[in-house]
Amino acid sequence: MRPFDYRKPADTAAAIALARGAASSHVTAPVQYMGGGTTLLDLMKLDVMRPSTVVDITGLGGNAYRAVERTRQGLRIGALVPMAELAENGMITRDYPVLRDSLWLAASAQLRNMARLGGNVLQRTRCAYFRDTTYPQCNKRDPGSGCAARDGFNRLHAVLGTSDHCIAMYPGDWAQALVALDAMVEVTGAGGPRSLQFADLHRLPGDTPHIETTLAPGELITGFVIPGGPWPRSLYRKVRDRESYAFANASAAVALDLEGGAARDVRIAVGGVATIPWRARKAEAMLKGKPLTEAAAREAAAAEFADARPLAHNAYKIPLGKATIVRALMEAGAMEIRHG
Amino acid sequence: MSDRDLSVSRRAFLSTGAAIAATPATLSAVKAAPPPDAADRNAPRMRDIVLKVNGRTRRLSVDTRMTLLDALREKIGLTGTKKGCDQGQCGACTVHIDGERRLSCFTLAVAAEGQAITTIEGLADGDELHPMQQAFIDNDAFQCGYCTPGQIMSAVACVKEGHARSDGEIREYMSGNLCRCAAYPNIVAAIRQAAPMIGRG
Repeated sequence: MRPFDYRKPADTAAAIALARGAASSHVTAPVQYMGGGTTLLDLMKLDVMRPSTVVDITGLGGNAYRAVERTRQGLRIGALVPMAELAENGMITRDYPVLRDSLWLAASAQLRNMARLGGNVLQRTRCAYFRDTTYPQCNKRDPGSGCAARDGFNRLHAVLGTSDHCIAMYPGDWAQALVALDAMVEVTGAGGPRSLQFADLHRLPGDTPHIETTLAPGELITGFVIPGGPWPRSLYRKVRDRESYAFANASAAVALDLEGGAARDVRIAVGGVATIPWRARKAEAMLKGKPLTEAAAREAAAAEFADARPLAHNAYKIPLGKATIVRALMEAGAMEIRHG
Repeated sequence: MSDRDLSVSRRAFLSTGAAIAATPATLSAVKAAPPPDAADRNAPRMRDIVLKVNGRTRRLSVDTRMTLLDALREKIGLTGTKKGCDQGQCGACTVHIDGERRLSCFTLAVAAEGQAITTIEGLADGDELHPMQQAFIDNDAFQCGYCTPGQIMSAVACVKEGHARSDGEIREYMSGNLCRCAAYPNIVAAIRQAAPMIGRG
Protein backbone atom coordinates (compact mmCIF):
# COMPACT_ATOMS: atom_id res chain seq x y z
CA MET A 1 0.00 0.00 0.00
CA ARG A 2 1.22 3.49 -0.81
CA PRO A 3 1.31 6.31 1.72
CA PHE A 4 -1.81 8.44 1.96
CA ASP A 5 -3.27 11.25 3.99
CA TYR A 6 -6.23 10.21 6.12
CA ARG A 7 -9.00 12.75 6.66
CA LYS A 8 -12.24 12.34 8.55
CA PRO A 9 -14.45 15.34 7.92
CA ALA A 10 -17.55 15.86 10.04
CA ASP A 11 -19.74 17.45 7.41
CA THR A 12 -20.53 16.99 3.75
CA ALA A 13 -19.16 20.32 2.59
CA ALA A 14 -15.74 19.54 4.04
CA ALA A 15 -15.74 16.09 2.43
CA ILE A 16 -16.58 17.52 -0.98
CA ALA A 17 -13.93 20.21 -0.62
CA LEU A 18 -11.32 17.53 0.03
CA ALA A 19 -12.40 15.49 -3.00
CA ARG A 20 -12.67 18.39 -5.41
CA GLY A 21 -11.41 17.45 -8.84
CA ALA A 22 -11.24 13.75 -8.08
CA ALA A 23 -13.44 11.36 -10.06
CA SER A 24 -14.52 8.81 -7.49
CA SER A 25 -15.26 6.28 -10.21
CA HIS A 26 -11.76 6.42 -11.61
CA VAL A 27 -9.12 4.00 -10.44
CA THR A 28 -6.40 6.62 -10.57
CA ALA A 29 -8.30 9.36 -8.73
CA PRO A 30 -5.98 10.84 -6.08
CA VAL A 31 -8.75 11.34 -3.54
CA GLN A 32 -11.10 8.52 -2.60
CA TYR A 33 -14.07 8.45 -0.24
CA MET A 34 -14.06 5.56 2.22
CA GLY A 35 -17.11 4.14 3.99
CA GLY A 36 -16.59 0.63 5.34
CA GLY A 37 -13.38 0.38 3.33
CA THR A 38 -13.99 -3.21 2.28
CA THR A 39 -13.41 -2.55 -1.42
CA LEU A 40 -11.05 0.41 -1.20
CA LEU A 41 -8.55 -1.05 1.29
CA ASP A 42 -8.62 -4.37 -0.54
CA LEU A 43 -7.68 -2.70 -3.82
CA MET A 44 -5.14 -0.42 -2.13
CA LYS A 45 -3.37 -3.45 -0.64
CA LEU A 46 -3.30 -4.96 -4.13
CA ASP A 47 -1.85 -1.69 -5.48
CA VAL A 48 -4.76 -1.43 -7.91
CA MET A 49 -5.98 1.77 -6.28
CA ARG A 50 -3.39 4.31 -5.21
CA PRO A 51 -5.07 7.35 -3.66
CA SER A 52 -2.92 10.01 -2.05
CA THR A 53 -5.81 11.03 0.21
CA VAL A 54 -8.48 8.85 1.80
CA VAL A 55 -11.55 10.72 3.01
CA ASP A 56 -13.30 8.69 5.71
CA ILE A 57 -16.99 9.60 5.38
CA THR A 58 -18.24 7.57 8.35
CA GLY A 59 -18.05 10.66 10.54
CA LEU A 60 -20.43 12.69 8.40
CA GLY A 61 -23.24 13.97 10.56
CA GLY A 62 -26.92 14.04 9.87
CA ASN A 63 -29.80 11.63 10.04
CA ALA A 64 -30.09 11.61 6.23
CA TYR A 65 -27.04 9.36 5.92
CA ARG A 66 -28.27 6.81 8.45
CA ALA A 67 -32.06 6.71 8.36
CA VAL A 68 -34.37 4.19 6.71
CA GLU A 69 -37.75 5.83 6.37
CA ARG A 70 -40.87 6.17 4.30
CA THR A 71 -41.18 9.57 2.69
CA ARG A 72 -43.62 11.08 0.22
CA GLN A 73 -41.18 10.14 -2.55
CA GLY A 74 -41.03 6.53 -1.39
CA LEU A 75 -38.72 4.43 0.75
CA ARG A 76 -35.55 6.40 1.52
CA ILE A 77 -32.34 4.70 2.64
CA GLY A 78 -29.28 6.65 3.80
CA ALA A 79 -25.97 5.91 2.11
CA LEU A 80 -24.11 5.21 5.35
CA VAL A 81 -26.53 2.51 6.52
CA PRO A 82 -24.50 -0.70 6.84
CA MET A 83 -25.61 -3.69 4.75
CA ALA A 84 -26.39 -5.77 7.86
CA GLU A 85 -28.59 -3.06 9.34
CA LEU A 86 -30.91 -2.89 6.33
CA ALA A 87 -31.01 -6.69 6.05
CA GLU A 88 -32.19 -6.89 9.70
CA ASN A 89 -34.79 -4.13 9.36
CA GLY A 90 -38.25 -5.55 10.10
CA MET A 91 -40.11 -3.27 7.71
CA ILE A 92 -37.72 -4.16 4.89
CA THR A 93 -38.12 -7.87 5.61
CA ARG A 94 -41.90 -7.54 5.42
CA ASP A 95 -42.36 -5.04 2.61
CA TYR A 96 -39.24 -5.37 0.45
CA PRO A 97 -37.91 -8.93 0.78
CA VAL A 98 -35.87 -8.52 -2.41
CA LEU A 99 -33.80 -5.86 -0.65
CA ARG A 100 -33.25 -8.07 2.38
CA ASP A 101 -32.42 -11.20 0.34
CA SER A 102 -29.90 -9.44 -1.88
CA LEU A 103 -28.06 -8.22 1.23
CA TRP A 104 -27.90 -11.27 3.48
CA LEU A 105 -26.94 -13.47 0.53
CA ALA A 106 -23.92 -11.21 -0.10
CA ALA A 107 -20.46 -11.26 1.49
CA SER A 108 -20.05 -12.42 5.12
CA ALA A 109 -21.54 -11.23 8.40
CA GLN A 110 -18.36 -9.31 9.21
CA LEU A 111 -18.27 -7.56 5.83
CA ARG A 112 -21.99 -6.75 6.03
CA ASN A 113 -21.40 -5.02 9.37
CA MET A 114 -18.69 -2.88 7.78
CA ALA A 115 -19.80 -2.11 4.23
CA ARG A 116 -22.14 0.85 3.76
CA LEU A 117 -24.86 0.86 1.12
CA GLY A 118 -23.48 3.87 -0.74
CA GLY A 119 -20.18 2.11 -1.28
CA ASN A 120 -21.85 -1.24 -1.87
CA VAL A 121 -23.26 -0.13 -5.21
CA LEU A 122 -19.79 1.11 -6.23
CA GLN A 123 -18.13 -2.20 -5.40
CA ARG A 124 -15.59 -2.92 -8.11
CA THR A 125 -15.27 -5.98 -10.26
CA ARG A 126 -13.63 -9.17 -9.04
CA CYS A 127 -12.00 -9.77 -12.44
CA ALA A 128 -8.73 -11.49 -11.50
CA TYR A 129 -6.84 -9.62 -14.20
CA PHE A 130 -8.07 -6.28 -12.87
CA ARG A 131 -7.03 -7.23 -9.33
CA ASP A 132 -3.61 -8.60 -10.23
CA THR A 133 -1.22 -5.85 -11.30
CA THR A 134 1.32 -8.36 -12.64
CA TYR A 135 -0.93 -8.61 -15.71
CA PRO A 136 -0.08 -5.60 -17.87
CA GLN A 137 -3.30 -5.89 -19.86
CA CYS A 138 -6.37 -4.39 -18.26
CA ASN A 139 -8.30 -1.58 -19.92
CA LYS A 140 -10.12 -0.88 -16.66
CA ARG A 141 -6.90 -0.50 -14.66
CA ASP A 142 -4.71 0.93 -17.41
CA PRO A 143 -6.79 2.37 -20.29
CA GLY A 144 -5.63 1.20 -23.70
CA SER A 145 -3.53 -1.71 -22.40
CA GLY A 146 -5.86 -4.46 -23.61
CA CYS A 147 -7.92 -7.15 -21.90
CA ALA A 148 -6.21 -10.24 -20.49
CA ALA A 149 -9.54 -11.83 -19.58
CA ARG A 150 -10.87 -12.06 -23.12
CA ASP A 151 -8.38 -14.82 -24.00
CA GLY A 152 -7.69 -15.81 -20.40
CA PHE A 153 -9.67 -17.69 -17.77
CA ASN A 154 -13.07 -16.05 -18.14
CA ARG A 155 -15.39 -18.51 -16.42
CA LEU A 156 -16.65 -15.83 -14.03
CA HIS A 157 -16.93 -13.00 -16.56
CA ALA A 158 -19.96 -11.33 -18.07
CA VAL A 159 -21.98 -12.39 -21.10
CA LEU A 160 -24.30 -9.34 -21.20
CA GLY A 161 -23.22 -5.75 -21.74
CA THR A 162 -19.65 -6.63 -22.64
CA SER A 163 -17.44 -4.87 -25.17
CA ASP A 164 -14.25 -5.71 -27.02
CA HIS A 165 -12.46 -3.70 -24.34
CA CYS A 166 -13.87 -5.22 -21.14
CA ILE A 167 -15.86 -8.25 -19.99
CA ALA A 168 -15.59 -7.67 -16.23
CA MET A 169 -18.63 -8.72 -14.24
CA TYR A 170 -20.43 -6.34 -11.90
CA PRO A 171 -20.14 -8.34 -8.66
CA GLY A 172 -22.75 -6.76 -6.38
CA ASP A 173 -26.17 -8.07 -5.39
CA TRP A 174 -28.14 -5.23 -3.81
CA ALA A 175 -27.82 -3.16 -7.00
CA GLN A 176 -29.95 -5.69 -8.87
CA ALA A 177 -32.78 -5.12 -6.38
CA LEU A 178 -32.40 -1.35 -6.73
CA VAL A 179 -32.45 -1.33 -10.51
CA ALA A 180 -35.45 -3.66 -10.59
CA LEU A 181 -37.44 -1.34 -8.28
CA ASP A 182 -36.72 1.83 -10.32
CA ALA A 183 -34.65 3.29 -7.47
CA MET A 184 -33.26 6.80 -7.56
CA VAL A 185 -29.83 7.79 -6.25
CA GLU A 186 -29.27 11.03 -4.37
CA VAL A 187 -25.81 12.49 -4.78
CA THR A 188 -24.14 15.72 -3.82
CA GLY A 189 -21.01 17.46 -4.97
CA ALA A 190 -19.44 20.77 -5.84
CA GLY A 191 -22.48 21.52 -8.04
CA GLY A 192 -24.94 20.85 -5.22
CA PRO A 193 -27.34 17.96 -4.67
CA ARG A 194 -29.00 16.11 -7.53
CA SER A 195 -30.92 12.92 -8.08
CA LEU A 196 -30.60 10.37 -10.85
CA GLN A 197 -32.11 7.06 -11.85
CA PHE A 198 -30.14 4.19 -10.35
CA ALA A 199 -30.29 2.60 -13.81
CA ASP A 200 -28.23 5.55 -15.07
CA LEU A 201 -25.52 5.30 -12.37
CA HIS A 202 -23.42 2.52 -13.90
CA ARG A 203 -21.95 2.84 -17.38
CA LEU A 204 -21.53 0.04 -19.87
CA PRO A 205 -17.80 -0.54 -20.44
CA GLY A 206 -17.79 0.38 -24.13
CA ASP A 207 -14.35 1.71 -24.97
CA THR A 208 -13.95 3.45 -21.58
CA PRO A 209 -14.21 0.62 -19.02
CA HIS A 210 -12.15 2.63 -16.52
CA ILE A 211 -15.07 5.08 -16.15
CA GLU A 212 -17.60 3.00 -14.27
CA THR A 213 -20.27 5.48 -13.22
CA THR A 214 -21.89 8.74 -14.26
CA LEU A 215 -20.90 10.44 -10.99
CA ALA A 216 -19.19 13.76 -11.56
CA PRO A 217 -15.73 14.27 -10.10
CA GLY A 218 -15.91 14.32 -6.30
CA GLU A 219 -19.63 13.53 -6.13
CA LEU A 220 -20.80 11.58 -3.10
CA ILE A 221 -23.81 9.28 -2.84
CA THR A 222 -26.01 10.40 0.06
CA GLY A 223 -28.99 8.07 -0.24
CA PHE A 224 -31.41 5.97 -2.27
CA VAL A 225 -35.14 6.41 -2.88
CA ILE A 226 -37.40 3.60 -4.02
CA PRO A 227 -40.63 5.06 -5.39
CA GLY A 228 -43.96 3.30 -5.05
CA GLY A 229 -44.14 -0.04 -3.34
CA PRO A 230 -44.24 -1.83 -1.04
CA TRP A 231 -43.16 -4.95 -2.93
CA PRO A 232 -44.04 -7.83 -0.60
CA ARG A 233 -44.02 -10.27 -3.53
CA SER A 234 -40.34 -9.90 -4.31
CA LEU A 235 -37.20 -11.95 -3.84
CA TYR A 236 -33.59 -12.45 -4.86
CA ARG A 237 -32.21 -15.80 -5.96
CA LYS A 238 -28.45 -16.32 -6.19
CA VAL A 239 -26.59 -19.29 -7.64
CA ARG A 240 -22.99 -19.72 -6.47
CA ASP A 241 -20.04 -22.11 -6.69
CA ARG A 242 -20.45 -22.67 -2.95
CA GLU A 243 -23.50 -22.37 -0.75
CA SER A 244 -22.50 -19.17 1.05
CA TYR A 245 -19.99 -16.32 0.97
CA ALA A 246 -19.38 -16.28 -2.78
CA PHE A 247 -20.13 -14.03 -5.72
CA ALA A 248 -22.98 -14.94 -8.04
CA ASN A 249 -22.54 -17.16 -11.07
CA ALA A 250 -26.05 -15.96 -11.84
CA SER A 251 -28.70 -14.18 -9.81
CA ALA A 252 -32.12 -12.67 -10.30
CA ALA A 253 -34.06 -9.99 -8.48
CA VAL A 254 -37.79 -10.25 -9.10
CA ALA A 255 -40.73 -8.15 -7.92
CA LEU A 256 -44.28 -8.97 -8.94
CA ASP A 257 -47.67 -7.36 -8.66
CA LEU A 258 -50.13 -10.14 -9.45
CA GLU A 259 -53.84 -9.83 -9.99
CA GLY A 260 -55.60 -13.12 -10.51
CA GLY A 261 -52.74 -15.08 -12.07
CA ALA A 262 -51.69 -12.20 -14.29
CA ALA A 263 -48.67 -9.97 -13.88
CA ARG A 264 -49.99 -6.42 -13.50
CA ASP A 265 -46.40 -5.34 -12.98
CA VAL A 266 -43.23 -7.38 -13.24
CA ARG A 267 -39.67 -6.31 -12.46
CA ILE A 268 -36.61 -8.40 -13.23
CA ALA A 269 -32.90 -7.71 -12.92
CA VAL A 270 -30.05 -10.17 -13.28
CA GLY A 271 -26.62 -10.32 -11.68
CA GLY A 272 -23.48 -12.39 -12.03
CA VAL A 273 -23.82 -12.37 -15.80
CA ALA A 274 -23.51 -8.71 -16.81
CA THR A 275 -21.07 -5.81 -16.71
CA ILE A 276 -23.55 -3.58 -14.86
CA PRO A 277 -26.66 -4.14 -12.71
CA TRP A 278 -28.83 -5.51 -15.53
CA ARG A 279 -32.51 -4.66 -15.81
CA ALA A 280 -34.18 -7.40 -17.88
CA ARG A 281 -36.54 -5.12 -19.75
CA LYS A 282 -37.04 -7.48 -22.69
CA ALA A 283 -38.19 -10.24 -20.37
CA GLU A 284 -40.42 -7.84 -18.44
CA ALA A 285 -42.12 -6.60 -21.62
CA MET A 286 -43.01 -10.16 -22.63
CA LEU A 287 -44.56 -10.98 -19.25
CA LYS A 288 -46.39 -7.78 -18.36
CA GLY A 289 -50.15 -8.07 -18.33
CA LYS A 290 -50.16 -11.80 -19.05
CA PRO A 291 -50.69 -14.89 -16.91
CA LEU A 292 -47.44 -15.87 -15.21
CA THR A 293 -46.73 -19.41 -16.35
CA GLU A 294 -43.48 -21.34 -16.45
CA ALA A 295 -43.64 -21.52 -20.24
CA ALA A 296 -44.01 -17.75 -20.48
CA ALA A 297 -41.17 -17.26 -18.01
CA ARG A 298 -38.88 -19.52 -20.08
CA GLU A 299 -39.69 -17.62 -23.24
CA ALA A 300 -39.04 -14.27 -21.55
CA ALA A 301 -35.74 -15.43 -20.05
CA ALA A 302 -34.60 -16.71 -23.45
CA ALA A 303 -35.35 -13.32 -25.01
CA GLU A 304 -33.27 -11.53 -22.40
CA PHE A 305 -30.21 -13.62 -23.20
CA ALA A 306 -30.70 -13.58 -26.98
CA ASP A 307 -27.84 -11.10 -27.42
CA ALA A 308 -25.52 -12.69 -24.85
CA ARG A 309 -21.92 -13.02 -25.98
CA PRO A 310 -20.18 -16.03 -24.41
CA LEU A 311 -16.44 -16.63 -24.40
CA ALA A 312 -14.36 -19.78 -23.92
CA HIS A 313 -15.34 -20.56 -20.32
CA ASN A 314 -18.52 -18.69 -19.47
CA ALA A 315 -21.13 -19.99 -21.94
CA TYR A 316 -22.71 -21.90 -19.02
CA LYS A 317 -23.95 -18.56 -17.70
CA ILE A 318 -26.52 -18.31 -20.48
CA PRO A 319 -28.59 -21.40 -19.53
CA LEU A 320 -27.85 -20.76 -15.84
CA GLY A 321 -28.99 -17.15 -16.09
CA LYS A 322 -32.19 -18.14 -17.88
CA ALA A 323 -32.96 -20.86 -15.32
CA THR A 324 -32.31 -18.43 -12.47
CA ILE A 325 -34.81 -15.95 -13.91
CA VAL A 326 -37.43 -18.66 -14.35
CA ARG A 327 -36.92 -20.02 -10.84
CA ALA A 328 -37.06 -16.55 -9.28
CA LEU A 329 -40.25 -15.69 -11.17
CA MET A 330 -42.03 -18.92 -10.27
CA GLU A 331 -40.98 -18.75 -6.61
CA ALA A 332 -42.05 -15.11 -6.36
CA GLY A 333 -45.36 -16.04 -7.94
CA ALA A 334 -45.86 -18.73 -5.32
CA MET A 335 -44.98 -16.53 -2.31
CA GLU A 336 -47.61 -16.36 0.38
CA ILE A 337 -48.18 -12.70 1.07
CA ARG A 338 -49.32 -11.75 4.55
CA HIS A 339 -51.70 -8.83 4.54
CA GLY A 340 -52.23 -6.27 7.26
CA MET B 1 -3.38 16.52 20.35
CA SER B 2 -3.74 19.98 18.90
CA ASP B 3 -6.32 21.48 16.60
CA ARG B 4 -3.87 22.52 13.95
CA ASP B 5 -4.86 24.31 10.78
CA LEU B 6 -5.20 21.58 8.17
CA SER B 7 -3.91 23.83 5.43
CA VAL B 8 -0.42 23.54 6.94
CA SER B 9 1.95 22.10 4.33
CA ARG B 10 2.60 18.39 4.45
CA ARG B 11 6.32 18.94 4.80
CA ALA B 12 5.81 21.19 7.78
CA PHE B 13 3.30 18.74 9.17
CA LEU B 14 5.71 15.83 8.86
CA SER B 15 8.63 17.74 10.32
CA THR B 16 6.70 18.67 13.41
CA GLY B 17 5.35 15.18 13.79
CA ALA B 18 2.26 16.69 15.29
CA ALA B 19 -1.02 14.87 15.33
CA ILE B 20 -4.07 16.40 13.80
CA ALA B 21 -7.37 16.14 15.55
CA ALA B 22 -9.94 16.05 12.78
CA THR B 23 -12.45 18.18 14.57
CA PRO B 24 -15.49 19.45 12.71
CA ALA B 25 -14.62 23.06 13.36
CA THR B 26 -11.19 22.92 11.73
CA LEU B 27 -12.09 20.71 8.80
CA SER B 28 -15.15 22.55 7.65
CA ALA B 29 -13.31 25.82 7.79
CA VAL B 30 -10.31 25.01 5.62
CA LYS B 31 -9.69 24.14 2.00
CA ALA B 32 -8.21 20.91 0.70
CA ALA B 33 -4.50 20.51 1.32
CA PRO B 34 -2.27 21.18 -1.68
CA PRO B 35 -1.27 18.08 -3.66
CA PRO B 36 1.94 16.48 -2.41
CA ASP B 37 5.05 16.92 -4.48
CA ALA B 38 6.86 13.89 -5.84
CA ALA B 39 9.24 13.56 -2.92
CA ASP B 40 6.47 13.67 -0.35
CA ARG B 41 4.35 11.14 -2.22
CA ASN B 42 6.32 8.17 -0.90
CA ALA B 43 6.89 9.46 2.61
CA PRO B 44 4.93 7.64 5.33
CA ARG B 45 2.24 9.75 7.02
CA MET B 46 2.35 9.22 10.77
CA ARG B 47 -0.53 9.88 13.13
CA ASP B 48 -0.78 9.76 16.91
CA ILE B 49 -3.93 7.92 17.87
CA VAL B 50 -5.68 6.57 20.93
CA LEU B 51 -7.27 3.12 20.76
CA LYS B 52 -9.56 1.54 23.34
CA VAL B 53 -8.67 -2.16 23.37
CA ASN B 54 -10.19 -4.60 25.85
CA GLY B 55 -11.07 -1.73 28.16
CA ARG B 56 -7.56 -0.24 28.16
CA THR B 57 -6.48 3.00 26.54
CA ARG B 58 -3.52 2.67 24.17
CA ARG B 59 -1.61 5.60 22.74
CA LEU B 60 0.14 4.79 19.48
CA SER B 61 1.97 6.48 16.66
CA VAL B 62 0.96 4.75 13.45
CA ASP B 63 1.47 5.03 9.71
CA THR B 64 -1.93 5.87 8.20
CA ARG B 65 -1.59 2.65 6.19
CA MET B 66 -1.45 0.47 9.29
CA THR B 67 -4.46 -1.78 9.72
CA LEU B 68 -6.04 -2.37 13.10
CA LEU B 69 -4.83 -5.96 12.74
CA ASP B 70 -1.19 -4.91 12.48
CA ALA B 71 -1.59 -2.31 15.23
CA LEU B 72 -2.96 -4.96 17.59
CA ARG B 73 -0.25 -7.49 16.78
CA GLU B 74 2.82 -5.36 16.13
CA LYS B 75 2.26 -2.25 18.24
CA ILE B 76 0.22 -3.46 21.19
CA GLY B 77 1.49 -7.04 21.32
CA LEU B 78 -1.93 -8.68 21.26
CA THR B 79 -1.10 -11.53 18.89
CA GLY B 80 -4.23 -13.56 19.54
CA THR B 81 -5.88 -11.89 16.55
CA LYS B 82 -4.50 -13.73 13.55
CA LYS B 83 -3.45 -12.62 10.07
CA GLY B 84 -4.69 -15.19 7.60
CA CYS B 85 -5.31 -13.82 4.11
CA ASP B 86 -5.07 -10.09 4.95
CA GLN B 87 -7.65 -9.65 2.13
CA GLY B 88 -10.95 -9.87 3.97
CA GLN B 89 -11.65 -13.40 2.83
CA CYS B 90 -10.81 -15.73 5.75
CA GLY B 91 -12.13 -14.18 8.97
CA ALA B 92 -9.06 -15.05 11.09
CA CYS B 93 -8.65 -11.37 12.04
CA THR B 94 -12.24 -10.95 13.34
CA VAL B 95 -12.58 -8.63 16.34
CA HIS B 96 -15.50 -6.80 17.92
CA ILE B 97 -15.75 -3.07 17.29
CA ASP B 98 -18.46 -1.34 19.29
CA GLY B 99 -19.95 -4.78 19.86
CA GLU B 100 -20.06 -5.84 16.21
CA ARG B 101 -17.87 -8.43 14.52
CA ARG B 102 -15.65 -6.83 11.92
CA LEU B 103 -12.46 -7.58 10.04
CA SER B 104 -9.41 -5.91 11.55
CA CYS B 105 -7.45 -6.41 8.29
CA PHE B 106 -9.91 -4.11 6.50
CA THR B 107 -10.00 -1.53 9.30
CA LEU B 108 -7.44 1.25 9.38
CA ALA B 109 -6.01 1.82 12.84
CA VAL B 110 -6.60 5.56 12.42
CA ALA B 111 -10.26 4.87 11.61
CA ALA B 112 -10.72 2.78 14.78
CA GLU B 113 -10.08 5.71 17.10
CA GLY B 114 -12.80 6.26 19.65
CA GLN B 115 -14.36 2.85 19.14
CA ALA B 116 -14.44 0.04 21.72
CA ILE B 117 -12.31 -2.81 20.40
CA THR B 118 -12.48 -6.30 21.88
CA THR B 119 -10.04 -9.02 20.89
CA ILE B 120 -9.84 -12.69 21.85
CA GLU B 121 -7.63 -11.66 24.79
CA GLY B 122 -10.48 -9.56 26.17
CA LEU B 123 -13.11 -12.29 26.14
CA ALA B 124 -12.27 -14.26 29.28
CA ASP B 125 -13.17 -13.00 32.75
CA GLY B 126 -9.86 -13.30 34.56
CA ASP B 127 -9.01 -17.00 34.64
CA GLU B 128 -12.55 -17.99 33.76
CA LEU B 129 -12.98 -18.74 30.07
CA HIS B 130 -15.84 -17.21 28.14
CA PRO B 131 -18.57 -19.84 27.55
CA MET B 132 -17.71 -19.87 23.84
CA GLN B 133 -14.02 -20.54 24.56
CA GLN B 134 -14.97 -23.40 26.90
CA ALA B 135 -17.41 -24.77 24.31
CA PHE B 136 -14.68 -24.83 21.63
CA ILE B 137 -12.50 -26.89 24.01
CA ASP B 138 -15.38 -29.17 25.06
CA ASN B 139 -16.31 -29.88 21.46
CA ASP B 140 -12.79 -30.17 20.04
CA ALA B 141 -13.73 -27.39 17.62
CA PHE B 142 -10.24 -26.90 16.17
CA GLN B 143 -7.18 -28.75 14.99
CA CYS B 144 -4.32 -26.38 14.17
CA GLY B 145 -6.06 -23.51 15.97
CA TYR B 146 -5.00 -20.70 13.66
CA CYS B 147 -8.53 -19.66 12.70
CA THR B 148 -9.85 -20.25 16.23
CA PRO B 149 -9.61 -16.72 17.71
CA GLY B 150 -11.51 -15.38 14.71
CA GLN B 151 -14.00 -18.25 14.87
CA ILE B 152 -14.68 -17.59 18.56
CA MET B 153 -15.06 -13.82 18.16
CA SER B 154 -17.38 -14.38 15.20
CA ALA B 155 -19.32 -17.07 17.07
CA VAL B 156 -19.99 -14.84 20.09
CA ALA B 157 -21.34 -12.13 17.77
CA CYS B 158 -23.34 -14.69 15.77
CA VAL B 159 -25.19 -15.71 18.95
CA LYS B 160 -25.71 -12.11 20.10
CA GLU B 161 -27.13 -11.19 16.69
CA GLY B 162 -29.69 -13.97 17.07
CA HIS B 163 -28.31 -15.99 14.17
CA ALA B 164 -27.63 -19.26 16.04
CA ARG B 165 -31.12 -20.72 16.09
CA SER B 166 -30.34 -23.76 13.94
CA ASP B 167 -27.34 -25.59 12.52
CA GLY B 168 -28.17 -24.23 9.07
CA GLU B 169 -28.36 -20.67 10.31
CA ILE B 170 -25.06 -21.03 12.20
CA ARG B 171 -23.36 -22.36 9.08
CA GLU B 172 -24.71 -19.47 6.98
CA TYR B 173 -23.80 -16.75 9.47
CA MET B 174 -20.37 -18.25 10.21
CA SER B 175 -19.46 -18.59 6.53
CA GLY B 176 -17.07 -15.66 6.77
CA ASN B 177 -14.71 -17.73 8.93
CA LEU B 178 -12.80 -20.35 7.00
CA CYS B 179 -11.19 -23.37 8.65
CA ARG B 180 -8.72 -25.24 6.50
CA CYS B 181 -8.73 -28.13 8.99
CA ALA B 182 -12.49 -28.33 8.32
CA ALA B 183 -13.50 -28.47 11.95
CA TYR B 184 -16.88 -27.09 10.90
CA PRO B 185 -19.16 -29.77 12.45
CA ASN B 186 -17.50 -29.31 15.84
CA ILE B 187 -17.59 -25.51 15.53
CA VAL B 188 -21.34 -25.71 14.96
CA ALA B 189 -21.65 -28.01 17.99
CA ALA B 190 -19.64 -25.60 20.14
CA ILE B 191 -21.87 -22.69 19.17
CA ARG B 192 -24.99 -24.73 19.93
CA GLN B 193 -23.55 -25.51 23.39
CA ALA B 194 -22.57 -21.94 24.24
CA ALA B 195 -25.57 -20.12 22.75
CA PRO B 196 -27.96 -20.56 25.73
CA MET B 197 -25.27 -19.22 28.09
CA ILE B 198 -24.72 -16.09 26.01
CA GLY B 199 -28.14 -15.04 24.75
CA ARG B 200 -28.98 -12.23 22.40
CA GLY B 201 -27.12 -8.97 22.89
